Amino acid sequence: MSVQLKMPALSPTMEEGKLAKWLVKVGDVVKSGDILAEIETDKATMEFEAVDEGTISSIDVAAGTEGVKVGAVIAVLDDGEEPAAEAKPASEAKAAEAPAAAAPAEPAPVAKPAEAPVPAAPTPAPAPTSGTNMKVATVREALRDAMAEEMRRDSRVFVMGEEVAEYHGAYKVTQGLLEEFGPERVIDTPITEYGFAGIGAGAAMGGLRPIVEFMTFNFAMQAIDHIINSAAKTNYMSGGQMRCPIVFRGPNGAAHRVGAQHSQNYAPWYASVPGLVVIAPFDAADAKGLLKAAIRSEDPVVFLENELIYGRSFELPELDDHVLPIGKARIMREGSDVTIVSYSIGVGLALEAAETLAAEGISAEVLDLRTLRPLDTAAVLTSLAKTNRLVVAEEGWPVCSIASEIVALCMEKGFDDLDAPVLRVCNEDVPLPYAANLEKVALIDAARIVAAVKQVCYR
Amino acid sequence: MAKSGKTSETPPAAAPKAATENPEVIAEEYRLRGLQEAYLAAPRYAASDEQLLHFYEQMVLIRRFEERAGQLYGLGLIGGFCHLYIGQEAVAVGLQSALDPDKDSVITGYRDHGHMLAYGIDPKVIMAELTGRAAGISQGKGGSMHMFSTRHKFYGGHGIVGAQVPLGTGLAFAHKYRGDGGVCVAYFGDGAANQGQVYESFNMAALWKLPIIYVIENNQYAMGTAVKRSSAETHFYRRGTAFRIPGMHVDGMDVLAVRQAAEQALAFVRAGNGPVLMELNTYRYRGHSMSDPAKYRSREEVQEQRDHHDAIEHAKTELLARGTSEEKVKDIDKRIRAIVAEAADYAENAPEPALEELYTDVLVETY
Repeated sequence: MSVQLKMPALSPTMEEGKLAKWLVKVGDVVKSGDILAEIETDKATMEFEAVDEGTISSIDVAAGTEGVKVGAVIAVLDDGEEPAAEAKPASEAKAAEAPAAAAPAEPAPVAKPAEAPVPAAPTPAPAPTSGTNMKVATVREALRDAMAEEMRRDSRVFVMGEEVAEYHGAYKVTQGLLEEFGPERVIDTPITEYGFAGIGAGAAMGGLRPIVEFMTFNFAMQAIDHIINSAAKTNYMSGGQMRCPIVFRGPNGAAHRVGAQHSQNYAPWYASVPGLVVIAPFDAADAKGLLKAAIRSEDPVVFLENELIYGRSFELPELDDHVLPIGKARIMREGSDVTIVSYSIGVGLALEAAETLAAEGISAEVLDLRTLRPLDTAAVLTSLAKTNRLVVAEEGWPVCSIASEIVALCMEKGFDDLDAPVLRVCNEDVPLPYAANLEKVALIDAARIVAAVKQVCYR
Repeated sequence: MAKSGKTSETPPAAAPKAATENPEVIAEEYRLRGLQEAYLAAPRYAASDEQLLHFYEQMVLIRRFEERAGQLYGLGLIGGFCHLYIGQEAVAVGLQSALDPDKDSVITGYRDHGHMLAYGIDPKVIMAELTGRAAGISQGKGGSMHMFSTRHKFYGGHGIVGAQVPLGTGLAFAHKYRGDGGVCVAYFGDGAANQGQVYESFNMAALWKLPIIYVIENNQYAMGTAVKRSSAETHFYRRGTAFRIPGMHVDGMDVLAVRQAAEQALAFVRAGNGPVLMELNTYRYRGHSMSDPAKYRSREEVQEQRDHHDAIEHAKTELLARGTSEEKVKDIDKRIRAIVAEAADYAENAPEPALEELYTDVLVETY
């Protein structure tokens, strides 16, 4: 009887991949553990192993095919057994185990689409500069290009962190840097966040321009003493004598199904610290332009990325030197009835919500804060003065959040412009649960933004 | 590593049966003793009379400066925390005299006045920082624990116990990255030596062969906790052995011993061999900070150190024995008293920072 071999998920966030290479052909006899194929994602290349014994009876996806969806049948194996009475369900159950063997973290692909914020976001933002050629690039590529360009430009710039060199980055953001810049400038560290954050800060004090990658910002809690006590405060404590021009970067916020310890948005923590610059970009153009600005800054910068946006494609201006100003928010979509303020992954949800609202006759302006410290308060207040209603959308906890800060700003400086109370749409105030259904309800989504907007519009 | 290699190459498991039962032998295997052996072959620096006189002068400057800082603290002119270096003068003077001021960098914790004075930084701007004046080296914004002089490659002055160790390792990383030939000296205490980040730094410094000398100033007490109450391994020079960092232990109350050990360590590090860990046994006469009631040790213990182990007295006796005139030594004492009095006057009378300074230097750039 035949067993369907399906495209495996190699990480919790993988939705599709490239079938890079077949290592077997039709008619080959394989046994458990044999490598059947190589699968490539934007993060990694993995080997796909056989779980069952049998003969390859068909290959349904040719080598080199890109965008093969997780769960799609890629080959069929004849296990040589007579089909039992309940042949079909049994074989499917078996086949479903195959991906699990290749990938320890198996998401439930069927449960995903509804909740994933990934589906084509509404056309984001007008092009930042008219008349510029645009190309399509992922956020991951934009970040990599930003680092590579700055490393070419300034020999003091180097990148250090766990798996940044030979592994090409745990999330493949530093891919190719080792090959171009060598091990002196692309440095694999031991798993020792406190130590290497301190070494980075010391190197910055000593005149270099370190980019310290945290595999995720969850692990940066081990290092937060150096980010705050060493990097943020030294310039002030030294009366402006000793600077610490360093970039701490890495993914921040919730990924998919990784549980509470790996799913936290630290933006409010860092944004509360005088002496730091905090940036949290949404799209590829901002990721590149702001990371380049961060690397050039004389100040310590916390650069918060998001794993779920790494693989998303956006238009990116084709400029020799695309650098954006720090501290400037950006109107992603113009509107007149209400302002939705957000940053990072929340911007995608806000744009999605704005699209839904437009269909219902509500014109929402979407403002991407981009830099969280210093905050572009003028942009928030200007938009509020125009729409008189405001909702803050934040993928993070509600208490003492960026959203709280925006609410306070509107109360203190925009009170006369307000036609309704400002509302916060944040994650639920709980550690992020693992179970798919609980995780889904714990996280912010576009529907909740839509509901909040209607509330402030009294609709 | 050639010298230490013979003891360090053998893993303890492979040691001869008899040896494994003998703790002393095991200790020998762990210690990476090569540098220490070389140092012990000639344990005191052959200083000229002039050099010794200069060391004496610097140590007296630190002593008198700190005594005056203690007085100003008592008068309420210095606030917050103020950690005096009295008793430990030979450490900073012996080590820093061996450095190349054009290349090498220094970083320490919050007990930092002595290291700055040993670097020749003007006592006036240090004292003015202690009193929180605009003329202070950090413009009054840092205070006793947070002072820096990038011109002198003195990188602080850090208030978090142990934080200077990875920061110093980063300075060493920068030396190596630039290939400027510099070495970083990172000072920390026996208390800081129990911080986890110290060992994270040891690991990377040894792994990457960074040019750094880790100096543990073992003054016997972490605040009020004696080393034997806080440390499973009280021989701090052994603390680098897990990372194959050779250790040295040195009499930190003898400026010439410190200087000699520094020469050995610097030569080893400059040759590209990676880090060295030096334990300097010293003693602080005063409390941990000015607010320390010092109930954890007896007066007799302190007095014994002062009477029999004082680095300044030691140097003075040696100078006189060498034939330096009493007059010359007294001249120095007099000159130092004048310098310190002037620094204190200056620090007392200099204006406080302008209120606008509250908002400056938070960030370098304007966004």
